[in-house]
Amino acid sequence: MIFEGHEIIARYSDDRPPALAGISLHVPSSCLYAILGPNGSGKSTLLRALLGSIPLVSGSVVIDGRPLSSWTRRKLAREVGVVTQVESLAFPISVRELVAMGRYPYLGPFERERPEDRAAVVTALDKCEALDLAERDAGSLSGGEFQRVRIARALAQEPQALILDEPTASLDLRHEMVILELLRSSADAGLTVILVTHHIETAARFADRLLLLDRGAVAAEGTAQEVLREDILAGVYRWRVAVRDNPVTEKPSVTPLSR
Amino acid sequence: MPRSIAVSGPAAFSLVSVALAGIVALALRFGAVSLTGREFIEGLTGAGPEATRFILLELRAPRALMATLVGGGLAIAGAAFQALLRNPLAEPYILGISGGAAVGAVLVLAGGWVTATSFALPIAAFAGATLAILLVFGVALSANRRMDVRILLLAGVVVGAFFSACIALVLAVADAPTVRSAVLWMMGSLSGASWGTLIVVGAYTFPLTIVLLTLARPFNLMAIGEDTATFLGTDVERIKRLAYGSASFVAAAGVAFVGVIGFVGLVVPHAVRFLTGPDHRTLLPLSFLAGAGFLTLADLLARTIIAPAEVPIGVVTAFVGVPFFLVLLRKSLRT
Repeated sequence: MIFEGHEIIARYSDDRPPALAGISLHVPSSCLYAILGPNGSGKSTLLRALLGSIPLVSGSVVIDGRPLSSWTRRKLAREVGVVTQVESLAFPISVRELVAMGRYPYLGPFERERPEDRAAVVTALDKCEALDLAERDAGSLSGGEFQRVRIARALAQEPQALILDEPTASLDLRHEMVILELLRSSADAGLTVILVTHHIETAARFADRLLLLDRGAVAAEGTAQEVLREDILAGVYRWRVAVRDNPVTEKPSVTPLSR
Repeated sequence: MPRSIAVSGPAAFSLVSVALAGIVALALRFGAVSLTGREFIEGLTGAGPEATRFILLELRAPRALMATLVGGGLAIAGAAFQALLRNPLAEPYILGISGGAAVGAVLVLAGGWVTATSFALPIAAFAGATLAILLVFGVALSANRRMDVRILLLAGVVVGAFFSACIALVLAVADAPTVRSAVLWMMGSLSGASWGTLIVVGAYTFPLTIVLLTLARPFNLMAIGEDTATFLGTDVERIKRLAYGSASFVAAAGVAFVGVIGFVGLVVPHAVRFLTGPDHRTLLPLSFLAGAGFLTLADLLARTIIAPAEVPIGVVTAFVGVPFFLVLLRKSLRT
């Protein structure tokens, strides 16, 4: 799936500068696209704009050549799996039921889950190393377990694209790598993966392209080598950094210097 | 949140359906005049005397069926409001529908335009309820045409309080007989049920209940958040409007014809949730069946305890519903 944004302007309140001040981007198919930037630079807002969750002041979003407004929510949910930053459960629900919600876009109002729906749920749980959690109450999971279950739900949608907002923030080393390698192999298999992250090293190591935001505008866009430059990062984060190639990953590695 | 004791859906459906059928049979057989088993069968098949047939088919049958319709409607509307407002205290009257209906009814009673048995009374009550529904809806629609359920809840409670003040004002200046019929109306009664009123209430309740049943999956999704529901394929704004409109008008149709009957819409969904869990695919239809049984049973008690006089049905639903609910709360704390 191809995501395009043209001159997107969005604001939350009239007396503050716009959260997105004219952003354009092009995310090709089979690409792991990382969105970076300081707190409040508009990363999550950009995701919301791409998904039609906030009204735009101006600009447009086009998905697979069709304007966002021509997609129904149901159609979009069959193509795009989303993992938001936070989610709270109001009622007790088992992990299996929660992940099975990823199949709702495929089912009629009174239709029961079919064998292929149950299979998709098991496959998705397995990919996220969460199959052993299937019968647990989702409310009793640790933060990291819950996060893996939510990613599994997005995979159960069998989407052509994944959009994730800080998906590995609460994961331990092993499970962070499980998820990141899963996202990398998903992109290699043809999915479009858009990932918001604070972790510059993660973006450098796994992403095909990076978008660096600064106060609602694009500060830099391109490969890790093009975006992760000392002068650009120092300007955006307002902190001096040293960028060296990591000897293990051979990707740029960013070290903040002392004040 | 109370945990369920995990009765499987099909088992619970069989249980509640059998109970409902049994209660309806009891409601037909017993009353101010109790029938023997033989009279009951003969009356139903048309073989018995005309008087028995009349009691069964013209008095008790429409009344029992009205209780099933209104009870089922209130319970499924309560479950829908709890899902829509994401608030376990929600019930069908929380957004001012009963207040609006009562203002309509009390105004025409106090004005002396209608008597307590007039067909115009439900029309006035329904008009009042509709006014409340539209008023609250209008306030809750924000500038960008989205419906904010927190504002919906606050607007509903405030509008309800305003209508209560209106009722108090009218009653303060009305004469004693009017006050009595107004208060009796507000406590609810199924004694006016006839085949005619049954058809009207059914024409509202059945289609809107089916609409609510189609919202089961969206309700499940909205329980985990409007954002997540949207990304899992739900047009959340459409669902909120459909849920609000359908649940409101189911409740309004009931209130207009039988008055304000409390506790059904609050207690029944919680009891069902305790039995089978929070999945709305089971909760909504089962709430309808259980609410139907509960109100039919309450009405049977209302007209037999001090027969030939009648206890207001709202008193019975509270006397049965409140202790039951408190026990349920205690149990849910322990499990």
